[in-house]
Amino acid sequence: MVLLLLLIVWELIVKQTGVPDWLFPAPSQIFQEGWNGWEQFYPHLLATLKLSLIGFLIGSGTGLITAIILHLLPGLRDSIYPLLILSQNIPIIVLAPLLVIWFGFGLMPKIIVIALVCFFPITVASLDGFKQTAPELKHYMNMAGASKSQLFWKLELPYATPSIFSGLKISATYSVMGAVISEWLGAKHGIGVYMTLASSSFRTDRVFVAIFWIMILSLLFFGLIKAAERTLVRGQFKGEIK
Amino acid sequence: MTLLNISNLSKSFGNETILAHLNLSVAEGEFVSILGPSGSGKSTLFHLVGGILAPDEGEINLNGDVISGKRGYISYMPQTPSLLPWRNILHNVTLGQELQRKADKETAKDMLMKAGLQQYMNAYPNELSGGMKQRAAFIRALLSPQSVLCLDEPFSALDELTRQEMQEWLLGTWEEYKKTILFVTHNIEEALFLSDRIIILSSKPAQVKAEVTVPFSRPREKKLLLEDEFFKWKRKVYNLLTSTADEYITRT
Ligand SMILES: Nc1ncnc2c1ncn2[C@@H]1O[C@H](COP(=O)(O)OP(=O)(O)OP(=O)(O)O)[C@@H](O)[C@H]1O
Ligand SMILES: [Mg+2]
Repeated sequence: MVLLLLLIVWELIVKQTGVPDWLFPAPSQIFQEGWNGWEQFYPHLLATLKLSLIGFLIGSGTGLITAIILHLLPGLRDSIYPLLILSQNIPIIVLAPLLVIWFGFGLMPKIIVIALVCFFPITVASLDGFKQTAPELKHYMNMAGASKSQLFWKLELPYATPSIFSGLKISATYSVMGAVISEWLGAKHGIGVYMTLASSSFRTDRVFVAIFWIMILSLLFFGLIKAAERTLVRGQFKGEIK
Repeated sequence: MTLLNISNLSKSFGNETILAHLNLSVAEGEFVSILGPSGSGKSTLFHLVGGILAPDEGEINLNGDVISGKRGYISYMPQTPSLLPWRNILHNVTLGQELQRKADKETAKDMLMKAGLQQYMNAYPNELSGGMKQRAAFIRALLSPQSVLCLDEPFSALDELTRQEMQEWLLGTWEEYKKTILFVTHNIEEALFLSDRIIILSSKPAQVKAEVTVPFSRPREKKLLLEDEFFKWKRKVYNLLTSTADEYITRT
């Protein structure tokens, strides 16, 4: 609703003031371009989708595994955790040019950028989730004779699932952004490439098409993870804890 | 026959001695309560028996095997129900079994039925009342394969009425299964109503101050709580608990 209203206001302002198209196109023009240029656009969309998906899977997979390893080795965790927190404050994207120098322009540096962007939120969220396991439940499990692995699989991992999912949601949105930015560094296909081409030829409408698609993709990823969360995490979970 | 034997057990935290040369033994099928003031080290004793703490001195024997510092030899019911929120009641009560070997769903269903929880088998813990959760927690402990059940003030968080109802239910269930129970409580009435024997601990450091063999025959019913004989014993245990004289043992 709010979005629709915003689009209408935007349309009216552009029409009233007569801003040139190349500076600020009206939504109607953007949609028209989106519709007409679909044939041309969709290979780029597909490339970005693939790239962000691969990066996301690699990044969140290694993130989760790292978190599990660190959790099971508390000594190591305590020394590395501050570094993880610190790394969250560095925009990973700034590493992109470096990666290009090291790995060239192929697929590799792009995937590394996206994976890195996804890696940290998952690792930190999972570690926090494992650590926050309710002490009375842990106490029961220990008194009942649970082994270390039973404690992890039967208590800590399920307990941390909501935290892991909130990490996944952040990473999912980051992954699309990471993909687009890594494409700016040089690629044949991808929304990032499409954007660079569009802006250099002053096709502002196309830039907006790209922006809208980036938003849609991010929301789509986010929604998919939310749906997975809803099927995996029981609704009852939230009532009990916090 | 002695099932659990604790001899000369000592434990300190820093330079504070909590348990000092504690001796006690529990026979197979016996219901023994441990009564002691708050902070006297009752939970610490359980943590030692459960093996999550190691004693500084002394030994814990179960069926002739030394179990000091070893986990998995007892089943446990804490003060809070500690059910896992993402498991339904059926899967919660089989957790204790699962940790040792395979879960036996049929027996679990049967026991839940007898406990009046049949409609709640597929419900999650947050849908149950406090009393129902404690029933589930007790069934979880009862279903675990270990021979000794350690219950640490399981009813102290419940309101008075629910508490009485739960004591009666626990007694009925126990009389049916005859497991060996070690039961921690602050409540004299609860200890007298439930147990065969009461061990009274002194505090700082905890030592066995007195031991009372409860004379009431089984099965016991709620009306026992109103008999003169019961009041007489209540007074007796109260005096033992509050007295400062260290070593005196009463038997009937
Ligand atoms: N891990 C620990 N480290 C240090 N001190 C501890 C630890 N656990 C217990 N204590 C201390 O040992 C004493 C006995 O505690 P414990 O919990 O065994 O008492 P309790 O008899 O169970 O008390 P309550 O009836 O209140 O449950 C307390 O003074 C407590 O502060
Ligand atoms: Mg205690």
